[in-house]
Amino acid sequence: MEQINLDDRLFFRNCSFNSSNEVESFLSDQLFKYGYVKKEYKNAILKREKEFPTGLPSSSPAIAIPHADTNLVNKTTIAVLTLDKAVTFKNMAVINENVDVQIVIMLALSEPHSQVEMLQKIVEIVQSENLRRKICNTNSNQELISLIKKELQGEI
Amino acid sequence: MSKKILVACGNGIATSTVVATKIKKYLAEEGIDAETTQTRLTEVTGKVASYDLLVTTGQFSGQTHGVPYVLGMSLLTGIGADETLKKIKEVLMQNS
Repeated sequence: MEQINLDDRLFFRNCSFNSSNEVESFLSDQLFKYGYVKKEYKNAILKREKEFPTGLPSSSPAIAIPHADTNLVNKTTIAVLTLDKAVTFKNMAVINENVDVQIVIMLALSEPHSQVEMLQKIVEIVQSENLRRKICNTNSNQELISLIKKELQGEI
Repeated sequence: MSKKILVACGNGIATSTVVATKIKKYLAEEGIDAETTQTRLTEVTGKVASYDLLVTTGQFSGQTHGVPYVLGMSLLTGIGADETLKKIKEVLMQNS
């Protein structure tokens, strides 16, 4: 099975940012710092968010799933960030609508059309208000990491 | 004959994977023979003419050359997903 490597250093809890650009810049920088993506990844993410936004409309807390070209990714992983106050993303399906996002899952995928199972599990999180609340209500980074690993990989 | 569905998202790498998988599973259960191809939203207009149906996760307002179009966002969020799947089936059956 295509198991991905989840890196504990790429989980960030209860962060404060003012915009989707700030969140995406921060996460891209972290992915670059640990060698998962190329330097150009950040610009690609920011450009893509303008053209094809990644906010997924749902009850609160909503999720955004920014991602960019596979050729800018060295090694597949995800970075997860929760916000103390929601920031505005645009709605993927209706670009002039806003989505107040509190959970950002940045997908660094090195191959197109891959990671079907992980993507389906992320979509399960998107579809579960209960899970989304749990993610926002974690009390430590370790709790956040364990919860995500459990949901995506079945690990405890 | 197998139905051809073009599934598009912003980069053609992530959300279209999930949506294509869900559509294939549903149509298989309904006994409808279908194949999906994933692409980027920017490449839809050039490719779509030879397909029976277009499904996108993101907003698409370009030319579909008369090919029916269904928005697939509900298959990500779960809200209205059953209706979307039924609509996909209906469109495919109409054209057979």
